[in-house]
Amino acid sequence: MGVSGKRAADVAVWVLLLTMPYWLNWVGGYTALGSRVLVLALAAMSLNFLLGFTGVLSFGHAAYFGLGVYGVGLTIKYLVPNTLIGMAVGVLVGGAAAVVIGALIVRLRGVYFAMVTIAFGQVFYFIAFRWNVVTGGDDGLSGWRRVPIDLGFTTIDILGNDKAFYYLAFICFAGAIAIMAALLRSPFGRTLLAIRENERRARFLGIPVEFHIWLSWVISCVFVSLAGTLYALLNNFADPHDLRWDQSGDFVIMAVLGGMRSFWGPLIGAAIFVVLQDYVSSETQNWMSFIGLFFVLVVLFFPRGVLGLMQRRTAA
Amino acid sequence: MAVAARGDRAAAMTQLVLFNLFNGLIIGAFYALMALGLSLILNLSGVINFAHGGFLAIGAYLAFAMMPYTGFWWALLLAPVLTAVIGLIVERVLIRRLYGRDPLYSLLLTFGLAFIFEDGLRYIWGPSTVPFATPDWLSASLSGQFFFLTGYRLFMVVLVVVAVVALFVILNRTRLGIRIRAGTLDLETVSVLGVNVRILRNLNFGLGAFLAGLAGVLAAGMLGLQPTIGSTLIMPSFVAIIIGGLGSLPGTLLGGLLIGAASGVVTVFFPSASEAVIYVMMGLVLLVRPRGLLGEEGRF
Repeated sequence: MGVSGKRAADVAVWVLLLTMPYWLNWVGGYTALGSRVLVLALAAMSLNFLLGFTGVLSFGHAAYFGLGVYGVGLTIKYLVPNTLIGMAVGVLVGGAAAVVIGALIVRLRGVYFAMVTIAFGQVFYFIAFRWNVVTGGDDGLSGWRRVPIDLGFTTIDILGNDKAFYYLAFICFAGAIAIMAALLRSPFGRTLLAIRENERRARFLGIPVEFHIWLSWVISCVFVSLAGTLYALLNNFADPHDLRWDQSGDFVIMAVLGGMRSFWGPLIGAAIFVVLQDYVSSETQNWMSFIGLFFVLVVLFFPRGVLGLMQRRTAA
Repeated sequence: MAVAARGDRAAAMTQLVLFNLFNGLIIGAFYALMALGLSLILNLSGVINFAHGGFLAIGAYLAFAMMPYTGFWWALLLAPVLTAVIGLIVERVLIRRLYGRDPLYSLLLTFGLAFIFEDGLRYIWGPSTVPFATPDWLSASLSGQFFFLTGYRLFMVVLVVVAVVALFVILNRTRLGIRIRAGTLDLETVSVLGVNVRILRNLNFGLGAFLAGLAGVLAAGMLGLQPTIGSTLIMPSFVAIIIGGLGSLPGTLLGGLLIGAASGVVTVFFPSASEAVIYVMMGLVLLVRPRGLLGEEGRF
């Protein structure tokens, strides 16, 4: 694909997303499903910033997603009934956790890194699970709802109007994606690619590898937290399973399924995943077996993902 | 009077702490047994076997299904063996294809397998706890003062010790074990020396699955048996490996016992933190020694 082809693809993606609430009903979807795709795509693309473009395998991103979820839920329920302040708190909490944990683990590599990220993710799960009085424990945090955004001169009813919420999610998505795309085009992003391709060579060139990986980790986790806040607002609910390792696995499979070496890959992966989940869990009780089989089949027969496959086709 | 009462309370407290410490050490022994299997596979093949908890649960349910026909003792022996056979097959059919690829893929594959195992067990035996009977004479308490020393607990400790000693004898004295250890250091050289690496990795995976199956039978007798038993035990096993140091089997053993004891003692004073405490420990260990307690510099 040439440069102009790439640009055309970018434009097509943005137009499709921007108009999604208006065509989704025709193809059998509904606006909340579109919001779900958008939010989980943001999470998967943020993960892929680290996974696909820095070459660092994190299997614990659900922790930061979940901190966003609980950050916004707890703030709206107990502190201030304000959606934007709640989101800010969620992102700050997730980001702060990422800063601290990132500093602890940044020297580890490969499987070791993956294992430690999995294990660290569980701390927050157990806190949410056990601290019944505040978090609602296993039942999740309910009894709160997203609050219409008051801009002073007008109020945006994101609670009653699904489309309004979709566009809130879209604005966040677009902002985060634009920042990540700009970062990847910048010298910083090129450095991350260099680390992915050959860490030792990058080190010999004088690049502070640990610092770059740490930065990439924090950026990735902050945007995953943002996705978490949107996810909680979408459901009007905080579920402890949003923090658990199976959720991390879902993000990774979305990135792999769509193609983790391509920028838009995880978006496609998330869309396929969400639509399948919506369909299968209404058809059968055995969602777990299905998703398990799905993981196995993707790994065995589809490891490059949808876009990886297409790129190879066009190259050949 | 007041002094005597305080003395009584202190004695009760001591007993409570001892009880929970002992309990924690036993749970720690499960973690260790499971983590040793995980470590074997990780060290030789570079695969984080997420399905390890699934193998544990399969071992436990196989024992449960066999017990009415074979009795407890044969079930205790046969269930881990059958689990090992399933492990050999899974490695041969699925996991072998992913060696040498990005560890991401084996992680995702075993992750999917864990789901399939758990859901399959739920489909066959139902989601609720099934009655897992242990022999009567093992359930009796051995001491009036230390009521928690039931025969079954003591028996488990003995069995775990035997299993761990047997494992280290296999690794240090037998040809297979020496090849496994050599392979974890430099698989290519071992291969060049004429060892069939495919078979070695296969047997090694089977050995790991055997340990998981054994841990499963023992855990079922103590914790009760339900399909989620595997997924609740696997995370602490990861922590045990990380605390002990990746690549070191004695470290894994130590890590398992440490986190078991720690969560046991914390249960006395602050029950709701009994799970979180092991992750705090992991954070502290990584802060002071990023390679884990007994991990070697530069291996991972």
